[in-house]
Amino acid sequence: MTESKTEYAPVNRSKFKKIDMGKIGSHEQSISVEDLPRCLSVENLNLYYSGAHALKDVSMTLPRQRVTAFIGPSGCGKSSLLRCFNRMNDLVDGCEIKGSITLDGEDIYHRSVDVADLRRRVGMVFQKPNPFPKSIYENVAYGLRIQGINKKRILDESVEKSLQAAALWDEVKDRLHDSALGLSGGQQQRLVIARTVAVEPEVLLLDEPASALDPISTLKIEELINELKERYTIVIVTHNMQQAARVSDFTAFMYMGKMIEFDTADNIFTNPTEKQTEDYITGRYG
Amino acid sequence: MMQTLKKFFASGTPWIWVNAGAVAISVIMTVGLLLLLALNGLSHFWPKDIMLANYSQPVLESEPIEREIIGERIDTEQVSAERIISSGIPVSENTAFYERELVKIGNRDLNGSDFTWLLTNYLNDISYPENLTAFERREWGNFYGYVQEVKEAGVSIVTSDPSIQNDNAAWLELEKRIDRALGIFEQIDTLEEDDIGEVNYALERLRLQERGLELRGTDTAQRMGEIASERENWEANYEILQTRLSELYEQVERDTVVMLAMNGETTEINVSQIVRAYQPNGMHVGSKLVVYGAKLWEFLSDEPREANTEGGIFPAIFGTVTMVLLMSIFVTPFGVIAAVYLREYAKQGFITRTIRIAVNNLAGVPSIVYGVFGLGFFIYFLGSEVDQVFYPEALPAPTFGTPGMLWASLTLALLTVPVVIVSTEEGLARIPRSLREGSLALGATKFETLVRVVLPMASPAMMTGLILAVARAAGEVAPLMLVGVVKLAPTLPINGNYPYFHLDQKFMHLGFHIYDVGFQSPNVEAARPLVFATALLLVIVIALLNVLAVTIRNRLREKYKSLDM
Repeated sequence: MTESKTEYAPVNRSKFKKIDMGKIGSHEQSISVEDLPRCLSVENLNLYYSGAHALKDVSMTLPRQRVTAFIGPSGCGKSSLLRCFNRMNDLVDGCEIKGSITLDGEDIYHRSVDVADLRRRVGMVFQKPNPFPKSIYENVAYGLRIQGINKKRILDESVEKSLQAAALWDEVKDRLHDSALGLSGGQQQRLVIARTVAVEPEVLLLDEPASALDPISTLKIEELINELKERYTIVIVTHNMQQAARVSDFTAFMYMGKMIEFDTADNIFTNPTEKQTEDYITGRYG
Repeated sequence: MMQTLKKFFASGTPWIWVNAGAVAISVIMTVGLLLLLALNGLSHFWPKDIMLANYSQPVLESEPIEREIIGERIDTEQVSAERIISSGIPVSENTAFYERELVKIGNRDLNGSDFTWLLTNYLNDISYPENLTAFERREWGNFYGYVQEVKEAGVSIVTSDPSIQNDNAAWLELEKRIDRALGIFEQIDTLEEDDIGEVNYALERLRLQERGLELRGTDTAQRMGEIASERENWEANYEILQTRLSELYEQVERDTVVMLAMNGETTEINVSQIVRAYQPNGMHVGSKLVVYGAKLWEFLSDEPREANTEGGIFPAIFGTVTMVLLMSIFVTPFGVIAAVYLREYAKQGFITRTIRIAVNNLAGVPSIVYGVFGLGFFIYFLGSEVDQVFYPEALPAPTFGTPGMLWASLTLALLTVPVVIVSTEEGLARIPRSLREGSLALGATKFETLVRVVLPMASPAMMTGLILAVARAAGEVAPLMLVGVVKLAPTLPINGNYPYFHLDQKFMHLGFHIYDVGFQSPNVEAARPLVFATALLLVIVIALLNVLAVTIRNRLREKYKSLDM
């Protein structure tokens, strides 16, 4: 009961409208990628799944503390690219990567890199909410416990802070020790974000975080993204162009494994350079 | 017509009937089996009325001799006249079938056998006098007769006239004296099993210590002196216990009772021989129920007597449960670790596939093969190595180089490990990929993900494997006969003597007990109901172990119930 009440809170709605109605890319109209401090940069990245060429010569730079969105039709390689940033593709049998990705100037595919440590620095939220079958508290504390932090005081503090950051604290503060599986889909997804935020990553990768959610939960997630970008570099993959337009500062359009165009959201949605981009955002194909 | 028939078949109704029929037949068979076991097994403990009758069956070429019969009527059956004649009883051939009944006449010391078959037609003057008494004895089986006289140290105390039904003075006196004797026997039991057992155990340990010192060449005079003085202590202790024991024996053998058995025979029975006495003909249902409960409890909680045909089967229950639990402790980690490697770490390819097929096939190997393997590998190879290294002082007597609890559990663990591997693997395969990725994305290593997320979630599947393993292991008999089960074990595998849990000891097992009582017993008729009762108990024990495991699994399932993904 409580959750539905909060979901319909009028405050959120007005806030949403402001973003929705606001001019696209209004935040940073004149700034280009090169002017901003770099967080992640990709150079000539090629990805093969058992020989199939999934990413072709992708190069781009992702600015710090901005939201970058990847759009494109299904199978264009945007999720694959996202999963390269925290080396999730390592888990796929027969996956081969050429080229380089650097995080703060450090090659993340170098032999000396500790993958677990990299993934702690580059957090990821998946398409479907995937809370662990543990209590809400334990879900958020999971990453810290992995790091060997077991002091109750530190955990309590971090759980509260993270849940607040994910705008979930007020809804769950009275039932932190109930199972996370009892939450609604939208709450679960915010819990997953809180869980990711708890380990204080530098980058947040969001792989279609709202595609399995209803519109109201989607709107909450979008608001959240807007708030989180003050502290994190956010990369979001989405099928929903309105969503990309609403939340992102920079947008990349990908097609058939190639990076077709990468620019400010404003330029991509109002004044795309490439014909393919224009066709896609106007719904002519894809 | 064809059309409707076609429609009828297409509707699926016949299929539902076939399904329901199959389920019904299975249920009926299972319930029927359990009922058969329960009826045959549990009725044995009911104190049946004792019949008094005259019996005179036809005899070849002479007048039939009439004799008195006292006993419990156990069973009746129809036999053809031909068969009876060929057994030497000249009955009339005009009647095709005769009814004959099995009567338990007891008094094996007087009659030579407990049971006799009588032709119902020739039983006359059947009556149930209230003063007929049944004894359950430590030896020679049951006794049926009248209490005539109670003696203390050979001097008569009370006498009763057996022909007067309500002259029960001697019976009342006897009851008191039986209680006294049983009380003393309890003390004797404690003395013999606990105290003297402890002394024996300690002396044996000292002997082994001494031998060990000699073998290692460290048998200094000082150490030997210490051992000798300790041994003296124990021996002095033993002397005291022995004196106390003979006193008790003297006391317990003070009273005797003179009994009038059938056909006017009298015999004197020592009260210490009597385990339980009752006069069923005069008892109402309530007091019979009390005796029934006591007998049933004895069956569950006591040790067997008289080549396992009397008394209880507690050591067998205890042995079965201990062995199954020990097996679970071995098989679960073993199976789970193997399954985790096969599913999570091993490269999925030809070799892994081959191993998986091999594991599945292991589940189908006849269990006796495992028994032979256990005997050859565990006992003769491993066990004798262990003896050489750790127990050289006991040689040539083997410690672990002989069948025992440890090897039996390990053999059964080997027998059931495929089941655990297969179901754990299935459980691991069912864990959604997204959860693993979720954990990895938080900076957990594969191992941390496994320990913190995957294994807890797969634990219900492991429990399923364990349930199947327990069900299989608890019912297994053939391999156990080779690796550790015996007909009669002197002590329980867990007892008060250091180190309390005796992994090297042989033990009793319900399944083997059924085999032993049913097929190796000299007294077939006495053993038959016990076979049913033991079988029922085995089913119950397995069911309880399963209920325990299922409860744990359901708890785990509730805790880790999967997401809808």
